[in-house]
Amino acid sequence: MSNIVVENRDIVIPGDLLAEGMDYIPGDFTFREDEKIFSKVLGMVSISGRVLKVTALSGPYAPKVGDKIIAKVTDVLMSGWRVDTNTAYSAVLNVRDATARFVRKGEDLTNLLEIGDFIVCKISNVTSQNLIDITMKEPGLKKVEGGRIMKINCNKVPRVIGKQASMIQLIKEATGVEITVGQNGLVWLRGTPEGELKAQQTVLMIEQRAHKSGLTDKISKFLGVPKRVIAPAPASVEEEASAEEGSEQ
Amino acid sequence: MAYTKRLDGRKVNELREMSAKVGVVPNADGSAEFRTGKTWAIAAVYGPREVLPRFMANPKKGFVRCQYTMMPFSGTGERIRPGRSRRAQEIGMVMDKALEPVVDLTAFPNSVVDIFVELPQTDAGTRCAAITAASMALADAGIPMRDMVCSVSVGTVDGTVVADLTYDEEAYDAPVSDIPVAMTARTKEITLLQMDGHVKKEELNKALELAKEVMGKVYEVQKKALKAKFMEVSQ
Repeated sequence: MSNIVVENRDIVIPGDLLAEGMDYIPGDFTFREDEKIFSKVLGMVSISGRVLKVTALSGPYAPKVGDKIIAKVTDVLMSGWRVDTNTAYSAVLNVRDATARFVRKGEDLTNLLEIGDFIVCKISNVTSQNLIDITMKEPGLKKVEGGRIMKINCNKVPRVIGKQASMIQLIKEATGVEITVGQNGLVWLRGTPEGELKAQQTVLMIEQRAHKSGLTDKISKFLGVPKRVIAPAPASVEEEASAEEGSEQ
Repeated sequence: MAYTKRLDGRKVNELREMSAKVGVVPNADGSAEFRTGKTWAIAAVYGPREVLPRFMANPKKGFVRCQYTMMPFSGTGERIRPGRSRRAQEIGMVMDKALEPVVDLTAFPNSVVDIFVELPQTDAGTRCAAITAASMALADAGIPMRDMVCSVSVGTVDGTVVADLTYDEEAYDAPVSDIPVAMTARTKEITLLQMDGHVKKEELNKALELAKEVMGKVYEVQKKALKAKFMEVSQ
């Protein structure tokens, strides 16, 4: 006999019982002990069919292949750069993966990227020990120039982007600011100073209220734009999958 | 004369008034505050982050590292010398061991989760308050944990088994024992057990039973505080 003891969108803490019996399957941030399923983090329950998972409300960013992130150059190496990924692990960007242009042997790499520069890059490989390789050889990946960088909780990134990038589109249109969201929680804003400030406040507001529903309405009210039906983006992507489109300009 | 009435009028199994709050240090990845009576602990969690010094890194999984500090003015007026004392170092270590069984950092090899606990005011039971606060701060930081850790001190005063001793009770002019206990909330496994003073075997058994009985109250406070963080932003 199996039964579920929580409801969808319930807030649970580590060690909370979610369900009893073998009919349910433990998903993300849950674990099974004996015949019971428990939560492993502070988060919100989401039930999809027989799978129980918990959406973390905070927590570290776990690097994933294909994620677009914003990183900071911390060191110049023999043939590349070491970058800080806002995780416990630094990543290496090889010259080959950084630019299409020919780089002479022995050329000063700081001509391309200096220590302290931010870059928009993509994770190309992650090992079991969380060693990270990144690349900039894809459209939209570049050095960060101008604007400002802000840091948010990486678990709130999908909300900042919104379903089919609706939220970010809303902010862009209301403030005229270019926004690039990295999956590791770094956000690059570039526009007029007033616009940047407004966009920054909006993003912080979203971060604070990420676990609430009806967020888009609140945000459009805050930005002073009428609520509208969002023209869906071409691909029918899930909320989280759409995160990748966050940097479309 | 036996110790029949407690100095502050509590029942023998009654804890001091507790309160807790999560997210008190905005700069940290997770933080919490826990008060029991006059004892007040603030915990801040940073990480997982790179391990320094490097040789401490464990390539199999991440680990937790606690630092316990009593603030210079936290005692009875005598200035406590800042910096790490032998006592603070020991408490830091027992806190590591109390929390380590529940945190699951297998996904973060070669990393460390730093926990800093500061005590602005103390009135006995500081390591228990520190562990209780640290456990909440870890949960707030989103660190995967299999359980919460709750902690409370029990002991005997002149042969009477009591829970959550104050400093006055620890200094009572009779044989006194002080037994800090930390326990996982769900599985009721003991993760910290220390003892100071004189205690009989039967008294110890009775004290541990009492600890198990009152631990649930600490857990309720933790649970309420963690959930409250996400309720208050409602409007």
